[in-house]
Amino acid sequence: MIPEFGHFALILALGLSLALAVLPAIGVVRQETLLMHSASSIAAGLFVFLLLSFFCLLTAFVQDDFSVTYVANNSNSALPIQYKASAVWGAHEGSFLLWALIMSGWTLAVATFSGGLNLDMKARVLSVMGALSVGFISYLLFASNPFERSLPFYPPDGADLNPLLQDFGLIVHPPMLYMGYVGFAVPFSLAIATLTTGRLDAAWARWSRPWTNAAWAFLTVGITLGSWWAYYELGWGGWWFWDAVENASFMPWLMGTALIHSLAASEKRGVFKSWTVLLAISTFSFSLLGAFLVRSGVLTSVHAFAVDPTRGLFILIFLVFVIGGSLLLYAFKASGIKSQASYQWNSREAMLLVNNLLLVVATAAVLLGTLYPLLYEVLTDGRKISVGPPYFNRVFVPIVTLLFLVMVVAPHSRWKKTSSNLLVRQHWPYLVAAPFVAITITLMMGLALQWIAIGMETLALWILFLLARKWWLSEFRISSASYLGMLASHSGIAMAILGVVVTVYYSEGRDVRMAPGDVVTLSGYEFRLEGVSRVQGPNYVADQAEFHITKSDKEIAVLRPEKRYYSVAQNVMTEADIDPGLFRDLYVALGEPIGDSAWAVRLHVKPFVRWIWFGGLLVALGGFITLLDRRYRRITKTVGKLVAGVPA
Amino acid sequence: MSDKMTLNKSLLIPLGVFSLLVLFLALGFQLKNPHLLPSALINKPFPEFQLKDLHDSEKIRTLKDFSGEVALANVWGTWCPNCLIEHPELLRIATEEGITIYGINYNDDVDKAIAWLMRHENPYEFSVVDNEGILAIDLGVYGAPETFVIDRQGVIQFRYVGPVTHAVWQEKLLPVIEHLRRSESE
Repeated sequence: MIPEFGHFALILALGLSLALAVLPAIGVVRQETLLMHSASSIAAGLFVFLLLSFFCLLTAFVQDDFSVTYVANNSNSALPIQYKASAVWGAHEGSFLLWALIMSGWTLAVATFSGGLNLDMKARVLSVMGALSVGFISYLLFASNPFERSLPFYPPDGADLNPLLQDFGLIVHPPMLYMGYVGFAVPFSLAIATLTTGRLDAAWARWSRPWTNAAWAFLTVGITLGSWWAYYELGWGGWWFWDAVENASFMPWLMGTALIHSLAASEKRGVFKSWTVLLAISTFSFSLLGAFLVRSGVLTSVHAFAVDPTRGLFILIFLVFVIGGSLLLYAFKASGIKSQASYQWNSREAMLLVNNLLLVVATAAVLLGTLYPLLYEVLTDGRKISVGPPYFNRVFVPIVTLLFLVMVVAPHSRWKKTSSNLLVRQHWPYLVAAPFVAITITLMMGLALQWIAIGMETLALWILFLLARKWWLSEFRISSASYLGMLASHSGIAMAILGVVVTVYYSEGRDVRMAPGDVVTLSGYEFRLEGVSRVQGPNYVADQAEFHITKSDKEIAVLRPEKRYYSVAQNVMTEADIDPGLFRDLYVALGEPIGDSAWAVRLHVKPFVRWIWFGGLLVALGGFITLLDRRYRRITKTVGKLVAGVPA
Repeated sequence: MSDKMTLNKSLLIPLGVFSLLVLFLALGFQLKNPHLLPSALINKPFPEFQLKDLHDSEKIRTLKDFSGEVALANVWGTWCPNCLIEHPELLRIATEEGITIYGINYNDDVDKAIAWLMRHENPYEFSVVDNEGILAIDLGVYGAPETFVIDRQGVIQFRYVGPVTHAVWQEKLLPVIEHLRRSESE
């Protein structure tokens, strides 16, 4: 019965989303306040029914109801309870239900915390969001219903959750990512609603900012967790693969970053308005495009968990309606928007413009690399090609290096015009100090001097020093949460740059054949394989190796990497073991057995790798801090409280 | 309020870019319908072949070696990571379900292939060596792994592209096989 309740709740939710799309819109056209007011209560109902539907699916999982096809395919009676719960969004249907639920959550949030919006505007925004929900929920009902039963013959036990996904990373990574993707629907809807009125003023930008920041901060957490998860779970020791699925999340992030900066300029100075609207539309469009790329199977990828052509077609048609429609509206309505403010080349406006251009170019580069294999296949009638990290590194790195250069200067520049004198006076001590510190630390750690690495470290330190100086000059009392958030996010980026550069240039790794008793030395650490034994887990058996790691005869760590065999899903998984540290990670992964007692083993010493994720989380934290800004207080009083509970 | 319907042409650029993108996505989309067999091959007899047996290069295998039972033909190679993924399921199907699986070792090195089967066990009744891709071209193989369901008369009834996981077996292959068994026993 419970799955049927869930299904029914989903159908009711579709009805409510239709009502939300249509009724407030009629209210706006006829200027009937009652209909406009109805939006908030419909939004609440929509959220409640989707939540109900979600809990029904959760119950089906927890109760091992294998007559539900989706449960049978993604769970198993031996699966630990927390993974049964997270298996709800472990595959396509359930993750889309979560997506729709989050969408309705954001909708309800807009309805609740929109004290500053006038009734007309609020009705328009909620109507747009309702229309988006109509698309998502009908997709669920008609193309990927998680409540479908396989009666009367259903399997006695489930096929188990993909072992890759049986992990804490998966419990939190997708919800965070979806919070970000779907959250961009808010600035999108605000932009569309504003375009329909034809009035783009500072209020619109001020309105969009906290929502954009919140969505962007969630997306940042999601991407950071994804990178961390890939690092310890995929067993390759890398933290970013330029994989199509990763790119799908990275593109909206880049656009969202551009949007955040452009909104700041639009609000404060009234410039780039039309451009900002376009960015708001594009950011959400990239979220949808990401969903299409991941879900349709157009691109193959190392973690394409759900691939289905008919679903892809549905999403493609949805994309055409939503994005095509918005861009058409934009083309007709944006010509009325005028930005009247002048600024000079060395002003903060100009630097934000450069920031935006670079971010858009970077997004285009990632998009091209992601779609090129497809393009090539279409144009050459089926021949295949793959675009890997060499392309992305070569194209992306120079662009972001330029971006970082702008990032050094921009936060310390002035609106309208910055005197060159001031620039020189502010920067020269740090420009001298940064490379000095970089070189000193490198030498102190006993590492070789690599000039590109030193250059990038200099940039990162330069950014950090200047931000610290700002903080210092304010005597650690910065009243504006927006400003404090900016400092935190920028520092996070600088930390992540340091992490990336040091890891890339100074990591050591080897794939070796090791038998018990063998010792391999890497960056001064001695890895000794003690032996390999069989261990039994809840739904797997594993070969577990034991490594003792010593440095100058001092024991540093004991690591136990595993090779797991999941008996139900018939999967083999590499479970790496890591000794984490602030300044270096020791990483061991167990490969294939070679011969009688020897194993293929992957060893890594990765200095500063953790800084990448600490940096990422600090970036996100900065985004959340901005929500506490007093200027948004009326809208975000409660959001702030909600957000304070989120691990960021 | 500036609600005039004047159209600034440059504002159409984003729409143009998007339309191009959609065009490509739609084209790319039609390219790949990897899980469907080009209808031309369904209900056609399995193509004739004369290929060496993987484990006995003296022996030439032909279509006559197919036993006349409902069976699977599986295109595989040691170079193909997805083949390793589906391997345990093929083993299970061969042993537990008692379905005969014929292997088509495609574009591979014979010694490597033999060693691979030694290491991971051999689910195949026999494997033929198709290094030039002769049979693979006749079959219209898109990439390994691919799995064909053949009925008693040696007619192809179903084709699956991609790794045969347990879910694929239960949802896609098993229903076809059961249907064939039922209809043929009547």
